[in-house]
This record gives sequence, structure tokens and C-alpha cells, in this order.
Amino acid sequence: MSGCLLEARELTKEFPAAGKKRIHAVSGVSLKIREGETLGLVGESGCGKSTLGKLMIGALKPDAGEVFFRGKNIIAMTEREFKPLRKELQLVFQDPYASLDPRMTVRDLVAEPIETWGLCANRKETTLRVQDLLRAVEIPEEFLCRYPHQFSGGQRQRIGIARAIAADPSFIVCDEPVSALDVSVQNQILNLLKALKASRKLTFLFISHDLSVVRYLADRVCVMFLGKVCEIGPTEEVYLHPRHPYTRFLLDAVPVPDPSQRGKEIRLLKGEPPSPADPPSGCRFCTRCPYAAARCAAEDPELRDLGGVQAACHFADKAFSV
Amino acid sequence: MEQKTLDVRSLTVCIQTMKGMIRPVNDVSLEVPRGGIVGIVGESGCGKSMTARAVMGLIRYPGKVTGGSVYLEGREITSLPEKERRKLRGAEISMIFQEPMTSLNPVMKVGKQVEEAVLLHTNCSKEEARAKTLDIFREVEIPEAEARYNCYPHQLSGGLRQRVMIAMAAVCRPKLLIADEPTTALDVTVEAQILKLLERLRDAGTGVLLISHSLGIIARVCDYVYVMYAGQIVEQAETEVIFDRPAHPYTRGLLRSVVSLREGAGTLETIPGVVPNLLRLPAGCSFSLRCGMCTERCEKDAPRLLETEPGHKVRCFLAEKEGVR
Repeated sequence: MSGCLLEARELTKEFPAAGKKRIHAVSGVSLKIREGETLGLVGESGCGKSTLGKLMIGALKPDAGEVFFRGKNIIAMTEREFKPLRKELQLVFQDPYASLDPRMTVRDLVAEPIETWGLCANRKETTLRVQDLLRAVEIPEEFLCRYPHQFSGGQRQRIGIARAIAADPSFIVCDEPVSALDVSVQNQILNLLKALKASRKLTFLFISHDLSVVRYLADRVCVMFLGKVCEIGPTEEVYLHPRHPYTRFLLDAVPVPDPSQRGKEIRLLKGEPPSPADPPSGCRFCTRCPYAAARCAAEDPELRDLGGVQAACHFADKAFSV
Repeated sequence: MEQKTLDVRSLTVCIQTMKGMIRPVNDVSLEVPRGGIVGIVGESGCGKSMTARAVMGLIRYPGKVTGGSVYLEGREITSLPEKERRKLRGAEISMIFQEPMTSLNPVMKVGKQVEEAVLLHTNCSKEEARAKTLDIFREVEIPEAEARYNCYPHQLSGGLRQRVMIAMAAVCRPKLLIADEPTTALDVTVEAQILKLLERLRDAGTGVLLISHSLGIIARVCDYVYVMYAGQIVEQAETEVIFDRPAHPYTRGLLRSVVSLREGAGTLETIPGVVPNLLRLPAGCSFSLRCGMCTERCEKDAPRLLETEPGHKVRCFLAEKEGVR
């Protein structure tokens, strides 16, 4: 793990909503992604995970803030300057049913990025490269001329992954790549991603609402709540010793496949996430946090370094009586 | 299991498709005791939702219930005329679905929708129905019940919509509640709240049939589990037994595939292949194509669901051979 591949500085993105309101999707997020690592990004729906993922690869323009790829600010670039970088930054989507053109064959789907970037001299070479890619994602070659509807969900996701790696990127945002799949198939895809990451020296931003999946893949994990980072640090450390109260509740709420835990009283978080169109003042978690004090509603906590882990909570260094 | 709320015997559903006949529910028998939560677990397409719909009497053309019977507190209901069955739905059996937005009427206030269920099934006056609706809203912990009564579904969050659905399902105090993936569309912190709510209904005496693909959810709330694969029940046992000593290779595979929250691992366990197409089921055991322990006999003959120990049934020749423990 060497230097920093991608860095976000104070990224902010808002979307207009009904009644002159604004959805605060991402609010002042700064983070670094190191070359060769997998950074897991977890949080509940609407917390800005996907928006952050798109901002990181320049697929969305932020309202404020900067993104540095290998030290260069991609936000300040012109379209022409950015274009060659675009093939370095790829995305794997959640829904393998919606993200493939139903009227294109597998060959054409995977060849599309190769042709876009002019990576192969002629059609024959392109097809050979497509075959290589399909082998890498374990799709039998004889399926080259099939259409997406002839594949299962897992196979479609493999095709989506083949498209993402076709241009030899260095960074891939995986946006909930397995949440539409069955457990048995989900693991096949996770294993594939892990193997590809090693063989192709990729760096991942792995977005998921499933904390178990993130635990398996991620070297470091970043927990978001309502557009802000609550906690970020090495996966083991965050899962075993969560500093932020939200992280604790999130980990507690995951149903564990162990019936001996049944009937055990679990601490439930009250209420639901507040609307991102109308976030509370101060700490955004304060309306749901059972430990919230007057200071929490008044003052927005900064991310603080707490022995390798950073957490944004005024009381993160105090042991909570739980 | 002294008193059964639901007793399903050899239920079979057929669908005539362009390419042939399929049996998404094939000879399924299951029981839900009074005041118990029973789970059906399986991957997509294994027939778990179809089973639930068949119990509700909601199979539509070209699907058809072709065999078996369903007893609700001892009364056979599949042979009832449609008019009678409609009276049962919402009053004695109710169902909640995965996506609450698609099951609520978008142009009707949620309070009115719940009230409608009360007015349909009881002899209440409008005032009484409204009072009942507000009571059930409070019971399912909808905050500011009176204000929410006048909301439209799109004004509510996913968690609140699911609470409205549960309120609607529970308002007539049904004997049986079928919950088909009730938390799949929800966040984990909200999911935990909804599961808690199901447990409270159970404590009030309602039998709950919970359908889920998540073994975590099953382990958390169910007393007894049925594992379905390709339209059949392949294993059934008390939750502790299923997790402690699963006997069917498919159940074992599912359990091994669960990604642990507690520890990281090198490579994840998988079940090779995919769920078979119901049109092209193998001749013998339906799991034989993906089974690591498949024998010649498995390819030829279909195993029966046999009891290996009291309350534990398995559909596998290997478990048969191991014999009754």
C-alpha cells in the first residue's frame, strides 16, 4: 500500500428538491483512498454513498470541493484534459438488469469501452480482447453472441464487471454490486472482485449497505450518516471497537445468523434517519442519538483522530455506558 | 405445537407457460402454530412467495392450485368459494409485502386505507373505525398518529409505510400474518424495529409466516424453519437445529455462504452454479446439479422428505443413509 490514489477535499453536493428545498446529499466530505486498497463505504439509504462514489470518479460535478487523482485536481480540468483519465476511473452498478443494453450482445457490450478508447487496432483484435475479459470474469466464451436476457443475475453482474475492467482502469467504484443477487451467487461475485483486484492491481471504493460484505472485502471502512462521514478507519478496528454511536447501532442492528442470540434484547435506534432535505443542526445524528447532549445540537463535530480511527463525535473518546 | 393456526398439506401450484408446465410449489406441507413465527428461507425463484400467495388464495391465471389443502384453525379454506375467501383475507389471514409503496394506494390517505379494512370486515361505525385505526397506528409505533392519518403514502418514509402496511394487516386481529420479505427494502436499523413489531404481534397470539432470503433474520425471530429449493421443501427443523446440524447439502451451503460480520475470511464459500430453471429440472434430486456429494442415485431418483430426528425432516438420500439419529 503506497501513496494516495484519490483524495476528496471538502466535497459538497446538493440537489434541488420540491418547494425550494435542497437535498444535502454530500456535505463537506474529505477522504483519501490509498493505492491498492479497498475502502468500504457504508450507511443507510439516502446518506449520500452513491453520490460520493460518482463525485469521486468525476461522473458528477460537486457544488464545492475538489477531487485529486494522482495529485491532479480533476474538478478543475476541462473536458478534454479529463477524458484520458476517465478510463482510469470506472463504475460497477447495482442492478445488473438495468445497466446492460438489452439489444446488445455480450461481445458488443464488452467491446464498447475498448472501441471508445481505441484500445485495439481492428475488430479481430477487439474480439480477442473481449474473450480474454470474459475468461477473466468466468463467462464461457461460447456465450459471446448472447443477449443480456439470456443470462442470470450473477452472470450479468460478471458482464458488468468485464465492462468496467475492459479499459484497464486503476480505480473502480463498486456501487452495491451484490445487493440484487442471491446469497450463493453473491459470494461468487465477491470472490471474483477480490481476485480481480489482486491480479489487476485495482483500487476499490466498495459501496454497500451490507456491513458483513464490507467486512469481508474492505481494508478500511468509512461510515456515512446523512451526507457526512461519522467514522473512518481500518475495518477490524471499526468493527471491533466502534467509536461513533451510530456505528455501534448499525453493527448491533445487523441480524446475526446465530439462533442462540434470539430473544436477546437488542438496543434499537429510535426513529428513522432524518430527511436529507432538512438535516438537523449541529451533529446530524443528534436527533436519533441516545447520548446526545446540548452541545451536539449546537456544534457540528469535526472528524478527530482517535488512535488510528477518525470519528466525528464530541464524545467519541468517552466510553459510552452501553 | 398444540394448536395449529395454519396447516398446509401437500400444496401444489402449477403454471402453464408457453414452454411447458412448471410447478413453482411442489407438494409443500407446513404448519404455523398459534403464537409462533415460522420462517421459509430460500433463494429467489424457489417458490417461497408463491407458497404464501397460494395460502392467501391469490394465485392468478395462468397459475393454478392443483392439489393439496390449507387449514386455517382446522377449517379447510382452498375449497371455499371466492366470495368466502375474500372475507377471510384481511380479517383472518393478512399479508404484508416487500415493497410497501407498491401495495399502498398512492391517491388515498393512509388512515383511510386502514379504516377501509376495518369497515369491510367488521360492523363498526365510521367513528369506531377511525378510533381503531388510530389505536393500531399507536400500537405499531407510528409517531404522531393523528397527523399521519391524513398523509399520503409518498409523504412517508419506507419504514413508516411498512408500519402502515402492518397496521392494515393487524387491525382486524388476524389469526395468521404472512410477511413476505417485509424488511428487504428497509435499512438495517429500521429492519430491527420492524422485526420487533412482528414479535409483538406474535406475542398477542397471531401466527406469523415469515418469508425471507436472509438467514440472519430467520435466526433472529423464527422458532421453526422451512428451507425451500426449486419448489420443494428440502429441510425443516427448529431454528436451533437447522443452524446447529443442517443435514441437507443445500442448507449447509447456504449457511456456509453467510458472510460473517464477526470475522474476516480468506475466500468466501459458494454454492456452485445457479438455481435451476423449473422447466428443465433434473430427473432425480433437484439439487443434484449443484451438489458436491451427488451420487448416481441422486441423478436418477428423487428423494423424499424423511424425518431424521423428531421435528427434523430432510429431503436427501445421504441424510437417509446416516439414518435416524
